[in-house]
Amino acid sequence: MTDQNHLLQFLLRQGDNALILSHRVSEWCGHSPILEEDIALANTALDLIGQTQMWLGYAAEVQAEGKSADDLAFLRDAWDFRNILLVELPNGDFGRTLLRQFLFDAHQSVLMGRLIKSSDDTVAAIAAKASKEVAYHVERSADTVVGLGDGTAESHERMQAALDYLWPYVGEMFTSDDTDTAMAIAGIAPEPSTLRDEFHALVTRVLTDATLTIPGGRFSHKGGRTGEMHTEHLGHLLATMQWLQRAYPGCEW
Amino acid sequence: MYAQMIKTANSGVKPREEMSDQERAFQDKIDADIKIEPRDWMPDDYRRTLIRQIGQHAHSEVVGQLPEGNWITRAPTLERKMILLAKVQDEAGHGLYLYSAAETLGESRDELVRLLHEGRMKYSSIFNYPTLNWADIGAVGWLVDGAAIVNQVALQRTSYGPYSRAMVRICKEESFHARQGYHAMMKMAFGSPAQKKMAQDALNRLWFPSIMMFGPSDSESTHSEQSMAWKIKVKSNDELRQQYIDQTVPQIEYLGLDLPDPGLKWNAERGHYDFSEPDWSELFDVIKGNGPCNTDRMNARVKAWDDGQWVRDGLMAHARKKAARQHAAE
Repeated sequence: MTDQNHLLQFLLRQGDNALILSHRVSEWCGHSPILEEDIALANTALDLIGQTQMWLGYAAEVQAEGKSADDLAFLRDAWDFRNILLVELPNGDFGRTLLRQFLFDAHQSVLMGRLIKSSDDTVAAIAAKASKEVAYHVERSADTVVGLGDGTAESHERMQAALDYLWPYVGEMFTSDDTDTAMAIAGIAPEPSTLRDEFHALVTRVLTDATLTIPGGRFSHKGGRTGEMHTEHLGHLLATMQWLQRAYPGCEW
Repeated sequence: MYAQMIKTANSGVKPREEMSDQERAFQDKIDADIKIEPRDWMPDDYRRTLIRQIGQHAHSEVVGQLPEGNWITRAPTLERKMILLAKVQDEAGHGLYLYSAAETLGESRDELVRLLHEGRMKYSSIFNYPTLNWADIGAVGWLVDGAAIVNQVALQRTSYGPYSRAMVRICKEESFHARQGYHAMMKMAFGSPAQKKMAQDALNRLWFPSIMMFGPSDSESTHSEQSMAWKIKVKSNDELRQQYIDQTVPQIEYLGLDLPDPGLKWNAERGHYDFSEPDWSELFDVIKGNGPCNTDRMNARVKAWDDGQWVRDGLMAHARKKAARQHAAE
């Protein structure tokens, strides 16, 4: 694979994570437990779409096939998506949605801190902008996880169940392949495994405050960021998201 | 807008000679365009009428998230998705200001929500219509927010200070939504034949519901007089409806779409557009709960509230624990 192709893969991973998670979060619109959460969830989804535009916009530029960020979002099939499995999982209850958000935000907060020093100026600039949003996302999701974990017996039980369900999808964030190695050699992005300690320190602190127990198993689902094997859920998500562009191709909206 | 057929809490306008000194002083302030503030004395009926109106308006903003939210996951471009998300986020924010305005009158948000869920309070009839194709999202912004603006610009002059100030802020955002909605309609109306068909379909379905947002005609509207005297309501239903129609017809013509009502004709003598009388029985059906989406909308809101109970309880329990721990540490 050429260096440009590795860069493209890296950018798709960032952009697809933001796009797919934004879609999931936006599914809550009008259905959340309280009005303040409707606002916060819409705001999170909005920030993530903004990040998608930047990552996929740059990906399209690197790809140099005359495509746009919209083409990449709406006209690729599931096997071309490079998001981690965690973000495509169905929302579950509000607790699971916020716990997933926290695990994602925690990883993003560590990653963006590194990417702002990227040797690629565009990557550094996107990370600088995104890191401001990530900072308040992680603050909010961590607070909510602590509040619900250390709330009532029912909220604690639901949060522990959410953590047990989501934890096997965490490991994928730290797996490496040739693209990651190429990015690390070029100084564009760190090897994912080098983020693990910082991530664990943050997550352990918050989950301890939340009185939740991190599951012991070391097993980890993977296949999303390489595109080798997504979950069954992604196809349904794309069927919804891409429907208009697919049914009425070539239109301006 | 979003507050329709608000029943004034008393019957008829009280003549000046029957007013107490307090009531007269209150009416004098209103007549002099001095805003009524939360700590000022006000007649109980004024307070109750306002709570109903502001509460209904707040509920409309919240329920209004649903027909628009219906298309967030299917928005055709990243930019359209952002615009729609931002709009729906604004609506939820409007709900929040309005519930806060109602709280200044001594009614809690929880109580208003309970009354809504028990079917004892209403929200605007317009949100009981479905959004069936993507052009509906443009049409909702253009027509529904457009109609709301006509009403709310008038309500900026309403006599109750917190409501009036909320309207000023809300109108700014609604104007932005209406422009974005019209922009989306332009893309559709000037787009492919299929897009144009969607635009026409949306206009045809939403036109009469949008003109019914202003409530029944003045001759049928029994609750307006006292609200007008108290300046809770500033212009009549028919005046507002005419203003909306007059401003919207040229916009339809610009889009090159067919007029949704064959009765829409410029009347040079009146200096206004004539229009066909809407089917008022439809409005009353929708208000009674028989609109196309009433059941789904209420079920969705009640489900969101019930499903969220454990979240609200959990966060409250945590806040109490945290406060107790802090207290113990001091």
